[in-house]
Amino acid sequence: MLTALVLMPVVAALVVLAVPRKRHEIHLPLGVVLSLAPLGLAAYLFWQFEPVAGMQFVVDVPWYEPWGIGWRLGMDGISMPMVVLTALLVPIALGASTAITKRTREFVVLTLLLEAGMLGAFVATDLFLFFVFFEAMLIPMYFIIGVWGSDRRIYAAFKFFVYTFFGSALMLASIIAMAVIHSSQTGAASFALSDLANLDLTMGAERLLFAAFAIAFAVKVPIFPLHTWLPDAHTEAPTAGSVLLAGVLLKLGTYGLMRFNLTLFPQASVDAVWIMGALAVIGVIYGAVVAIVQPDLKRLVAYSSVSHLGFIVLGIFALTSASLQGAVIQNVNHGLTTGALFLLVGMIYDRRHTKAIAELGGLQKSGPMLAGFFLFMTFASIGLPGLNGFVGEFLVVIGSFPTLPSLAVLAAIGVILAAVYLLWAYQRVFHGIPEGENATFPDLTPREIALLAPLVALVLLIGLYPNILLDRIAPSTEAVLDQVQAVTDYEVPYPGRLVDVFIPGEG
Amino acid sequence: MTDLAIDLLWLVILLPLAGALFLHFVGQRLPEPMAGLLASAAIGLSFLVGLVGAFPFFQGDGEATTILLWSWMPAIGANLELLWDPLSALMTLIVTGVGFLIHVFAIGYMHGDERFGRFFVNLNLFAASMLTLVLAGNYAMLFLGWELVGLCSYLLIGFWFTRDSAAGAAKKAFVVNRIGDFGMMVALMLVFAAFGTLSYAGIFDRAGEVLTTGVATAIGLLFLLAAAGKSAQIPLYVWLPDAMEGPTPVSALIHAATMVTAGVYLVARSAAIFELSPTAQVTVATIGAATALWAASIAIAQYDIKKVLAYSTISQLGYMFMAVGATAYVAGIFHLMTHAFFKALLFLGAGSVIHAMSDEQDMRKMGGLLSKMPVTGVTMGIATLAIAGVPPLAGFWSKDEILGSLFARGGWYGVLWVVGLLTAAMTAFYMTRQWVMVFWGEPRWSEDAHPHESPGMMTLPLIALAALTVVGGFVNTPFRFTLEHFLEPVFEGVSMQHPPEGWGMFALMAGISVFAGLVGLAAAGLAYRRPMEDWAEFEQGLQPVWGWWEQAYRVDDFYNVTVVQPGKKAAEAAAFSVDLPVIDGAVNGVGRLARGIGERVRVLQTGQVRNYAALLFAGAIALVVWLAVTGA
Amino acid sequence: MVAPGWYMALAAALFLVGALGLLIRRNALVMFMCIELMLNAVNLTLVAAGRALNDINGQVAVFFILVVAAAEVVVGLAIIVSIFRLRSTASVDELSEMKG
Repeated sequence: MLTALVLMPVVAALVVLAVPRKRHEIHLPLGVVLSLAPLGLAAYLFWQFEPVAGMQFVVDVPWYEPWGIGWRLGMDGISMPMVVLTALLVPIALGASTAITKRTREFVVLTLLLEAGMLGAFVATDLFLFFVFFEAMLIPMYFIIGVWGSDRRIYAAFKFFVYTFFGSALMLASIIAMAVIHSSQTGAASFALSDLANLDLTMGAERLLFAAFAIAFAVKVPIFPLHTWLPDAHTEAPTAGSVLLAGVLLKLGTYGLMRFNLTLFPQASVDAVWIMGALAVIGVIYGAVVAIVQPDLKRLVAYSSVSHLGFIVLGIFALTSASLQGAVIQNVNHGLTTGALFLLVGMIYDRRHTKAIAELGGLQKSGPMLAGFFLFMTFASIGLPGLNGFVGEFLVVIGSFPTLPSLAVLAAIGVILAAVYLLWAYQRVFHGIPEGENATFPDLTPREIALLAPLVALVLLIGLYPNILLDRIAPSTEAVLDQVQAVTDYEVPYPGRLVDVFIPGEG
Repeated sequence: MTDLAIDLLWLVILLPLAGALFLHFVGQRLPEPMAGLLASAAIGLSFLVGLVGAFPFFQGDGEATTILLWSWMPAIGANLELLWDPLSALMTLIVTGVGFLIHVFAIGYMHGDERFGRFFVNLNLFAASMLTLVLAGNYAMLFLGWELVGLCSYLLIGFWFTRDSAAGAAKKAFVVNRIGDFGMMVALMLVFAAFGTLSYAGIFDRAGEVLTTGVATAIGLLFLLAAAGKSAQIPLYVWLPDAMEGPTPVSALIHAATMVTAGVYLVARSAAIFELSPTAQVTVATIGAATALWAASIAIAQYDIKKVLAYSTISQLGYMFMAVGATAYVAGIFHLMTHAFFKALLFLGAGSVIHAMSDEQDMRKMGGLLSKMPVTGVTMGIATLAIAGVPPLAGFWSKDEILGSLFARGGWYGVLWVVGLLTAAMTAFYMTRQWVMVFWGEPRWSEDAHPHESPGMMTLPLIALAALTVVGGFVNTPFRFTLEHFLEPVFEGVSMQHPPEGWGMFALMAGISVFAGLVGLAAAGLAYRRPMEDWAEFEQGLQPVWGWWEQAYRVDDFYNVTVVQPGKKAAEAAAFSVDLPVIDGAVNGVGRLARGIGERVRVLQTGQVRNYAALLFAGAIALVVWLAVTGA
Repeated sequence: MVAPGWYMALAAALFLVGALGLLIRRNALVMFMCIELMLNAVNLTLVAAGRALNDINGQVAVFFILVVAAAEVVVGLAIIVSIFRLRSTASVDELSEMKG
């Protein structure tokens, strides 16, 4: 099942490739339609998903046995939401790419291959396989930014590639080191996550390996101060690229921290709680402060990502039930809201051919629908209760307090700043009286509304009924905590665990 | 019937919400009054459901009920649940009742606006949010309503978004409120860390055994910060005067009667926590008193009809904070209720005047309007007397109860009592000044203004509110403490402050406060009933103090210089002096380093194949020689 | 049977001829032939050594080299021919496009 999920986009890419280049008008619609297939399968998997801990829909086929590499796939409560998110964002991103007129076929093919890489990375439970997918995503993304981006695209694509590659090189070295250690301890090499989680590491080795993984993922997240590739890449990428970059690729960083760093190196994780938490909170505040004065709307949203992802990292390393659940659900939330914001900025750009805040103004008058959607997503991003962003941030912030009180309080400042930079930008872009080209700004087309509507629906659904995800996430995050507690002498303080929580009526 | 109403309590929130959704998707195409009527009907029905549901409490045999809607964030003990007790019932009735009248008024007021339907979407959405706030059964859900009313406030202040001032005011309101929300979030962190839940049911019963005084004080002060944001208290009150950029019904509903009282409600609701911390209590009361006096002094010297009311609202909210700080919760809620009546009336009256004067808000260009618009004039006059504390109008009873409670508590609260009296005199002064400037004296409006009485759609709500202003005070008088008994179950186990016992004391207290009010009333009446030149001279005679008041002590400039500008500078420094040159510079520096090394070594690549071959052989020979020598 | 040393000597001689030719000649085609000569010198060594040590791996390696060399000749000659067409010269001294 998961194999089919990963291979479907590849097949779709081949189908699109088979369409002659001359028929460029059908590449994009075909891509959208074909990418609905993985979405359907992902929805089916979501439906079938049992709210219990452990991997489900497991696939385990030997690939290269002498080295213990296997085609191992599985899905648990941490990866399931990400798979669904990925499958959802790809058709939307493709649907938003009508502005791309050159080499449409290649664009669609690369996007579909990117989807295969992303899905694969989320469901891989073999470190070697994970690495393959992790790297396989880089190449399509490099081309998407470098070929279809705006003015400084080559610089941005190059920076993105080299930066990420630097991190993954460290990770590859660590993965191999772990396989070698496994072989020296048990006599057989293995890259399986479940095998490597039981390694007996010395403290020094564990910390070293933790650091290597953490740097690889920190670049991806990005955690301050490794973030500067992100504004460039986001700003230069075409809309679909920005959406997928913000919506999914960044999440691989936080997903990796949770999946690999916490499970493989529990002791080192517990030791690094303060460092990672502090960097996360610096990111929260720093990203927000820098976002305030950005002159470019897309760059502003990009820096807001730095800020928002800081919450997720804080949630991961605060190591309580609520904070971990918040981190997972915030992964989804950020993908939905920031993805939507990038879509909207792209729609403005398609009409006005500028992203400079100073050149825009009064758009609410000429494009009330677009303004409405933008405001909705702005508030989702600010963390307005009732919308999804709040559920994630609130769980993270409240959940982090028992373990990291001072950092949780500082992170809450980020909540004020989010309102400052987003609402100020909104005021400058949408309020006032439109002049010049802003006055003849066309409002949304039905196609664009259709792209945004599912995101709006999900934002509301998660905001008001997050249990649809939390129920499925909680067993897996509880299992992570159980494992950390079993291996280390870390104890989640009261009331950090779900079982401690006082629910009136239950005693 | 009543049980059914309680089971269907979610309708109270759902009705206005459904109204908002329906109007949003369908209502934009409806003809003008239909949208308004639908919205009014939604909130009116909501009022009826609440009324029926509240019936047992009126009879005194109702029990507080918690209704679970569905689970929300179980990991922090936060579900979507409604708490139905006398306090939330009373708040529900105030919000829906006053809200209904304001909705009706707005049908007339917003007539002709091109976004008429949109206005009622937002107004209904606000009602639903405010009801979420007051009906919430836990702090997380309260926070949900708390933020949603902030959102609606943002949308409605910025309703006329093409005006830069409105757009700026909307943003300012939301951001300043967010500072308060920071306090709320931290408070909730502390609550969760201490209790392991955010649900009222798990908190209030156990507060005494769980909280230390220190933690209780911290939570109390953080709640105060949150309340200061929402209820416009020092130091976060600056957004409310700007919020007058919104349409006047909005000012009446949100920025006078309901939303801004949320802070008072929060303190009253958290009485069990404040109970444990005298420090928090005294801070709340002192902030309230300071705000009351400060804002009243500014209100004296305003010329904009709505600005006077805005500062008056801040001042009256300060009164409520004084009350709840002194643990006179019933008095605070009582004043919240009566204030909702007469302040809504004042705002709607002001709206009626502005409407009649073709959007003129400067009182210096009014005068003598009583004959032109008698209904507005008389009803506003009643409200003015009520806020001035003239018996037997509503404001007298509630204000008197607050002052009496402060006096009875004694000590530092005695000082606050004096402040309260001073504020009462000032309140009477500026309200009378306003009424006289607008409705009495010689007409000062320009030739092309044709003031006229507003249509019935607008005057009927004024009359209804005037009636409430007259009789509303009788729900809690020393003759009959109806409200007191009504709210008693809510504050069970919490010590409460009451006014001094005995008729003698009552007469003394009432006499002093009525005297203070009459002094203010008389002074303003005497000064402002004369021609403009005379009172302009009187005002000039009060310089430079008058100037400070008129410019609201220039607090906005102060914040601009101390907070806004430095903040902007810091952000610019971070973005353009740190992020680009230093952090990104380091990244690009690494890139340049690699490139520099490349530049140096590239000369080895001559492009001459035979050079490469020669080097290759040289290397091979060197290797052979080395192997031969070392003998490996 | 001839002693393996002779084969080695012959191979060394062939290798030396190829190497010197590679260093001295300028014509790309000739240089290419020199490389082939060196490769076959190595092949000869491998066969001889394999025979002497009675190890089949030597001959296996030769087959590998032959196959790879054939592929390499195809690509290499094609490149040289197309360069010649483009530039009407095959002198490597005049071809330094890849200068760093």
